[in-house]
Amino acid sequence: MSPHSESPTPAKQLGVFHVNGETHEVAFAPHHTLLEVLREDLGLTGTTHGCELGECGTCTVLVDGTPVLSCLTLALEVAGGADGDPRPIETIEGLADGPNLHPLQDAFADLGASQCGYCSSGFMLTANALLRDDPAPDRAKIRTALAGNICRCTGYVKIFEAVELAAARLRGEARQPARETLYGS
Amino acid sequence: MLRLPTFRYHRPRTAAEAVRILAESGPKARFVAGGTDLYPNMKRRHQSAEHLISLARVEELRGIDGDGPAGTCTIGAMTTLREIERDPRIGAWYPAFVQAVASVSSPLLRNMGTIGGNLLLDTRCNYYNQTEEWRASIDFCMKERGPICWVAPGSPRCYAVQSSDTVPLLCAIGAEVTLLSPGGERRVAVDDLYRDDGIAYLTKRPDELLTRVHLPASGAWSAAYHKLRRRGSIDFPVLGVGAWVARDGERIADVRVRIGGVGSMPIHATETEAMLRGQPVTEELVRAAAELSFKPARTMDNTDSEVPYRKKMAPIFVRRALSECLGL
Repeated sequence: MSPHSESPTPAKQLGVFHVNGETHEVAFAPHHTLLEVLREDLGLTGTTHGCELGECGTCTVLVDGTPVLSCLTLALEVAGGADGDPRPIETIEGLADGPNLHPLQDAFADLGASQCGYCSSGFMLTANALLRDDPAPDRAKIRTALAGNICRCTGYVKIFEAVELAAARLRGEARQPARETLYGS
Repeated sequence: MLRLPTFRYHRPRTAAEAVRILAESGPKARFVAGGTDLYPNMKRRHQSAEHLISLARVEELRGIDGDGPAGTCTIGAMTTLREIERDPRIGAWYPAFVQAVASVSSPLLRNMGTIGGNLLLDTRCNYYNQTEEWRASIDFCMKERGPICWVAPGSPRCYAVQSSDTVPLLCAIGAEVTLLSPGGERRVAVDDLYRDDGIAYLTKRPDELLTRVHLPASGAWSAAYHKLRRRGSIDFPVLGVGAWVARDGERIADVRVRIGGVGSMPIHATETEAMLRGQPVTEELVRAAAELSFKPARTMDNTDSEVPYRKKMAPIFVRRALSECLGL
């Protein structure tokens, strides 16, 4: 017998997930990650899958307000059931307020911080947690906070500028992007 | 999708219950803490578990207690690296430890990874940390399923590399851990927790659970951690130097230097230490002593970056870490 012969897929089990303020009862496979449950059982495909090994950050969601990698979070650890309440999960689908985009989404769109878009949901969730923690982070703090999210399109500068613009707007400042941000110098 | 294999899941509430479940579940049972090391390894099928015992709800394994200057500071093994990084007491008492913790991978992984998991991090190798298909294509190595070491094909042993950032630092400062098994508790120095073997890299027995980390009394010493990696944002160390110095006025009373990322366990720079011990502090002496760490840094071609470069950087990083400790 090979050391990795796997036992037959175990039966699905029922669990409660609290996602973006809504409660979902889901039958899910107990060896599945939160990423798999979000995308495959709940149809919330805004959380993207990249490396699936914890290296790229594209699958970032917030659990209890903290950014974590959904590809390395066992769904069982955040589901509610007989022995506890579900832990609150926030995904990109919960960021906008109805038809009104979140300031981070607006800024990412306006400044070209989202190009192919694959990493954007992870970046915006990590940035959202940062801005709740610190409404006025400097560039160095933004760089550090976003260090676990990888982008292959933008070169990051546009993302840092978008987070700064969104932070200013969230603070109530009527900030417009700098001219060189939009048109180059 | 790179999916996890199936397993039986257990969620104990106490450490005693956790070690009991492990003892009852046979040899293919494992504890999981943050999962940031084990789950990628399980997805790539180089670690496996029929029974997975989650420590997530074992509250007694969480938190930071005690007093640094009094020498009673303990950290629960399930405390996340993020919690340590943000704790003002640890920052004040053990700044070099926070420096090491803050250099572990990325903020997202530090939000999930725990100090216990980081101390027990699986050794790493370019021929091991690959998908099952990749490894099958050249045949499996001896660390998992295969007969051979692909780094040193004539070798009877595995050369996978100690790659945790907190290990060299906690060895150098003289931290200890508590290990719990059904037979009781024992307390061992972090320095004695590792073996020079890429496969059997721990002296911890499989039935033991690492429950707490004990930090030494803070105060009359200084420490530093210096790390070499390609990307400052995420990578494992390809060289990580932990240094600890106790001074007696202008003399070095005692010193410990541990070099990570260059062997299967943290390497003791014994000749460097011997040259410094009892001597007056001078820049020339530190430079000369650091040079002696070139030989014991046995880099091999199984991590990121090049072998001669990593070896040449060892004395430089040892000098920098010692200089920081000594305020040079």
